[in-house]
Amino acid sequence: METFVAIMVGALVAAAVYLMLARNVLRFLFGLILLSNGANLLIFASGGLTPEAPPLIAYGAEVPPDGVANALPQALVLTAIVIGFGLFAFALVLVYRAYQNLGTLNSDEMRLAEPEAPK
Amino acid sequence: MTWLLPLPIIIPFATAVFAFLFRNDRQGRWISVLGSALTLLAGVFLLIEVLEGGVQAAQMGEWPAPFGITLVADTLSAVMVVITGITALAVSVYALSDIDARMEELGYHALFQVLIAGVVGAFLTGDLFNLYVWFEVMLISSFGLLVLGGKRVQLDAGIKYVTLNLISTVLFLSGIGLLYGTTGTLNLADLHYRVQEVDPGLMTVIAIMFMVGFGVKAAVFPLFFWLPAAYHTPAFAVSAVFAGLLTKVGVYAMMRMFTLVFTQDIAFTHTVLLWVAALTMVTGVLGAAAQTDFRRILSFHIVSQIGYMVLGLALMTPLAVMGAVFYLVHHIIVKANLFLVSGVANRIAGGTEIDRIGGLYKGAPLLAFLFLVPAFSLAGFPPLSGFWAKYVLVKASLDIELWVVAGIALAVGLMTIYSMTKIWNRAFWKPHPGGLVPRLSDLPYGDRVSLILPIAFLAVLTVIIGLFPEPFVRVAERAAAELLDPSAYLTAVLGSEATVPSAGVGTETEVPTE
Repeated sequence: METFVAIMVGALVAAAVYLMLARNVLRFLFGLILLSNGANLLIFASGGLTPEAPPLIAYGAEVPPDGVANALPQALVLTAIVIGFGLFAFALVLVYRAYQNLGTLNSDEMRLAEPEAPK
Repeated sequence: MTWLLPLPIIIPFATAVFAFLFRNDRQGRWISVLGSALTLLAGVFLLIEVLEGGVQAAQMGEWPAPFGITLVADTLSAVMVVITGITALAVSVYALSDIDARMEELGYHALFQVLIAGVVGAFLTGDLFNLYVWFEVMLISSFGLLVLGGKRVQLDAGIKYVTLNLISTVLFLSGIGLLYGTTGTLNLADLHYRVQEVDPGLMTVIAIMFMVGFGVKAAVFPLFFWLPAAYHTPAFAVSAVFAGLLTKVGVYAMMRMFTLVFTQDIAFTHTVLLWVAALTMVTGVLGAAAQTDFRRILSFHIVSQIGYMVLGLALMTPLAVMGAVFYLVHHIIVKANLFLVSGVANRIAGGTEIDRIGGLYKGAPLLAFLFLVPAFSLAGFPPLSGFWAKYVLVKASLDIELWVVAGIALAVGLMTIYSMTKIWNRAFWKPHPGGLVPRLSDLPYGDRVSLILPIAFLAVLTVIIGLFPEPFVRVAERAAAELLDPSAYLTAVLGSEATVPSAGVGTETEVPTE
């Protein structure tokens, strides 16, 4: 199971890097979303993936039985997803506004803040 | 008194709420000033407490470390909180006249206070994931501040700033995931023990992920490109607080992680840091030499100066780390101040492009003097704070016979003077090309006070540190000693039985990721 998720993370990162190499800012943003999902899956897998072993503590016991997944990374992932959602919503609106105002999505043409040196 | 720890975080958040509620009222901006003053006050109390009683730690929600979130203040954290308070206060006074009503209605003061809360939180947290959350708090409010006003140039800068910072965030997050997967803990003090049980090769890989993640935030070579693309576009008050604080949080995080957690392979990681530091110093200052915009020159200087701080960390000797801490404090004051000066220059001379302005020395000698103090300090002139900061770092690198690095540090200082003279010659000395004589008295009285007061305050602080470095050096020495020997930190967080690694973090079952 871990191997499968590891390959999936690798594939997501590869696709993300491919998208982020594009000059189109929107593509870059999609790449970033994939990358962040890859990171989320990575954290998820770091807690262990144990199908059919719910992390429940038996009545009276103080620790869960051996071999269950660590539930903390799942909580971390939830936090990371929520934060990521906020950030990407912002980034998407920013890109849209930039498109409206600058009239381009090509990052090579975005030279307003860093104009080419004269002469 | 553990309530002192969350207080500098709670105050800015509470201020942000009130500032947002009163954002349509012109008097609402005083809330921000009051909040910043209270944050500074809380920071000062915290520093006194830390200096008298040693490292302070508080377990949030009564969950004992390493399970809950711990807030820790050692000398470095407390000093950084105080300096954040000073910057926040100076900038919020400055903002009284720099920020117009429209930006206030859009919630400038609320965003600013949330930014301060994020910065302070990052300085005080003792938990890795919590550090990530504070980084995000800081990041999202800085996004807002950067594009507030929505000028085209700001949107352009915003794209670069946002995208590159998001990549660093993802790297940082992946690093946390891998670190948790291998060690099973997120508490920084607990991690100190836990990482020693892990394969050092694996740890080095994770350490490099953190180095890159924090490196983007700190704007080190070759990851700094977002900084000079963005810092010259927002309002002057915003760029001053960015320049003063944001990159320094990255440096702080690096200092924390690479003294407390990632110390298994210092020979490798800190050598990487050393060359990163050297290249950062050089590229930053060369970039500054090529620019002709007041704020862009200063932005490249930030990059260059970050190199000095990373250099101190990379050398890892007590003197060098002390130098890095001293540099951090000095740099925040000086850099924020220079950006504030550029704002006044823009107001009275009508621009920041140094070829298109001039005559500031003739028309506004007070401003010229107030520019010279931080500018000379940044370049490292003797009676000012920057001299001691640079002196200590150069001495530290000479002590361990790194002649090349010491030479680079000195040469970069020289180049810094060159680009400062460039600003001086063209913006202050030469007559204004439009024939205008910029005068401070052209500004309304209220604006003049609120613009000049914080600049003068920070300049006086620079001079005080320069003339009486003794107490500041002693505090920095103490901070460095605590960084290099974290036993006080570990005991404060984990209790005295900390040296015994508690098997498998109690209830959690270790699941290896490989």
